[in-house]
Amino acid sequence: MARTLFDKLWDAHVVRELGNGWALLHIDRHLLHDLSGPPAMAEVAARGLPLHNPELDFATPDHAASSQPGRVPGTFPLGGRLHGALRDLSAKSGVRFYDLGQPGQGIVHVMGPELGIVLPGLTVICGDSHTCTNGGLGALAFGVGSSESTHALATQTLRQQKPRRMRIRCDGVLGAGVTAKDLALHLIGRLGAAAGVGYAIEFAGEAVRALDVEARLTLCNLTVELGARFGLIAPDARTVDWVRGRPFAPTGATFDDAAAYWLSLASDDCAEYDREETIDAAAVAPTVTWGTSPEDAIAIDGTVPDPAQAADDASRSAIEAALDYMGLAPRATIAGTPVDWVFIGSCANSRLTDLRAAADVARGRHVADGVTAWVVPGSENVKRAAEAEGLREVFEAAGFQWREPGCSMCVAANGEQVPPQARCVSTSNRNFVGRQGPGARTHLASPAMAAAAAVTGRITDVRTLA
Amino acid sequence: MTMTPFTAVSGAAAPLMRANVDTDVIIRIERLTAFQRDQLGPYAFEALRLRADGSEDPACVLNQPAFLRAPVLLAAENFGCGSSREGAVWALMGLGIRCVIAPSFGDIFFNNCFQNGVLPVRLPIAQVEALAAQCASGAPVTVDLQARILTAPDGRVSSFDIDPLRREALLHGLDDIGLTLKDDALIREWQQADHARRPWAWPVQGAAG
Repeated sequence: MARTLFDKLWDAHVVRELGNGWALLHIDRHLLHDLSGPPAMAEVAARGLPLHNPELDFATPDHAASSQPGRVPGTFPLGGRLHGALRDLSAKSGVRFYDLGQPGQGIVHVMGPELGIVLPGLTVICGDSHTCTNGGLGALAFGVGSSESTHALATQTLRQQKPRRMRIRCDGVLGAGVTAKDLALHLIGRLGAAAGVGYAIEFAGEAVRALDVEARLTLCNLTVELGARFGLIAPDARTVDWVRGRPFAPTGATFDDAAAYWLSLASDDCAEYDREETIDAAAVAPTVTWGTSPEDAIAIDGTVPDPAQAADDASRSAIEAALDYMGLAPRATIAGTPVDWVFIGSCANSRLTDLRAAADVARGRHVADGVTAWVVPGSENVKRAAEAEGLREVFEAAGFQWREPGCSMCVAANGEQVPPQARCVSTSNRNFVGRQGPGARTHLASPAMAAAAAVTGRITDVRTLA
Repeated sequence: MTMTPFTAVSGAAAPLMRANVDTDVIIRIERLTAFQRDQLGPYAFEALRLRADGSEDPACVLNQPAFLRAPVLLAAENFGCGSSREGAVWALMGLGIRCVIAPSFGDIFFNNCFQNGVLPVRLPIAQVEALAAQCASGAPVTVDLQARILTAPDGRVSSFDIDPLRREALLHGLDDIGLTLKDDALIREWQQADHARRPWAWPVQGAAG
């Protein structure tokens, strides 16, 4: 029977069928960070159990680590406590731990693929909803809570019920200045934040195949903002080339065998999906959010909605609440909105290609008066590579702050917050109420669009700066 | 560790009828780093319950006397979307909530509920809205997991669907880890075969820093 990419990945990991669509699935990689790692590891210890396969678990502090230049674990004291817990629990149980300042440290979903810890064809979990990022390599990667994380540490498996399958086919070619981030926001705006609930989503089509691997990670990163736990892109020659030579990638003949297997994972031609969506990539513009859900996404030449035009009472009051929180007027054009902060970072957009795109806009320009702009590389390796090619100088000359790797202002669990009522253009993935700090007003955008906002002091179509 | 079993619950149902209530709104991340899991109740829904000056907003349904310690929450689409933080479920439990009724849930939140003896019930939006109207003054509902039926304040009874494995686990407070470890020999056998089948999938110890 014809199978989808998802089916092939799922079938390859079934230890035992449990009935009614449930299976005991083997978990090949478990990423542990400072926030969700310690409680799960401590719970396993409290039950008197060993970690089932510590060689498949990898830990690094990211969420609660300060990104302040010259930081140490205790720069953000609460983060220092969590850092210590993760380090000690990892040492005790034989889990590899990548410490601050070490190559390998970084946002889990940046360091995992970067080191070859995450490979195509693997199952990957983490106590973090953006684990779906790793699906950009063709891994079956999904976020879990503490209990499931504990279960996986103790058994190297999870009891899972098979989701439905959706394919989103992106035909055509993205325009100049339009990125995977814009494509993702556009999709969420069009389909809604609940469209993917209960689904594993495969992204396919000409525009997806044209994305480089880092852009694929960005696209899959935002799958959970569509409501789905799983985002997937079939591995292809580009994926294989990207993985080759990474520290934990196989080598020699083992790599060749693996690569042949990875390339066989693509969905069969006649495979069926429970739902299919098609979009024209050429019609996607640089996209930003105006409200407090990622589905509140509009093209850069668009206007903020008018509650008076809402279809029903519920959406009217939702729009009113979002406009009130965001300090925006109905029907306002989004371009030209003055900004106070710019954040370039997060597991959505903090890889080398993201920083290059932002630096291309920053080069020869300067951050506008009254704007604070941060660049937070996704990992120690990204930071070093960016410095080696001169990006740090570009950003610093333009008045951006160049900071240490971590989640920083995306999750705001590290003492780094956008002040109340301040407006921030952010390359992260969530514009929820209070996400970047109580009262903070977040507009999601691509790295180039964020840099454009920094240098103009307003939400700006980056294509006009060319 | 066994989970608190869930058989049935009766009481007020707080109507929080807005879509896409995310887990950041249910519990702020800083509360998770600062407090233990059984201390989160007072910090649930801060962004909705509190005004900018930190005082309670009397207009918020969760502050109304009829719904203090209400064991049931009514919500609109995609409740619990966003972050995987299980603290969102712990915060709800801290408020006394044992059951959430909504048309759809964030997938990870949905799973996390079952891990903690909280029952998420999916019903069509029209039905949740009708229930919300009936429950607005604090009239009680009963959710019976054993019989898979919900009794509205007006006495009308309707059934709801739930996966049989999940229902069984909730009714008996089953511990997944204990259950899975009974299959440990099978897991180890699978792993051994996998070393031969997918040698590339097993990281070489010490191969990389």
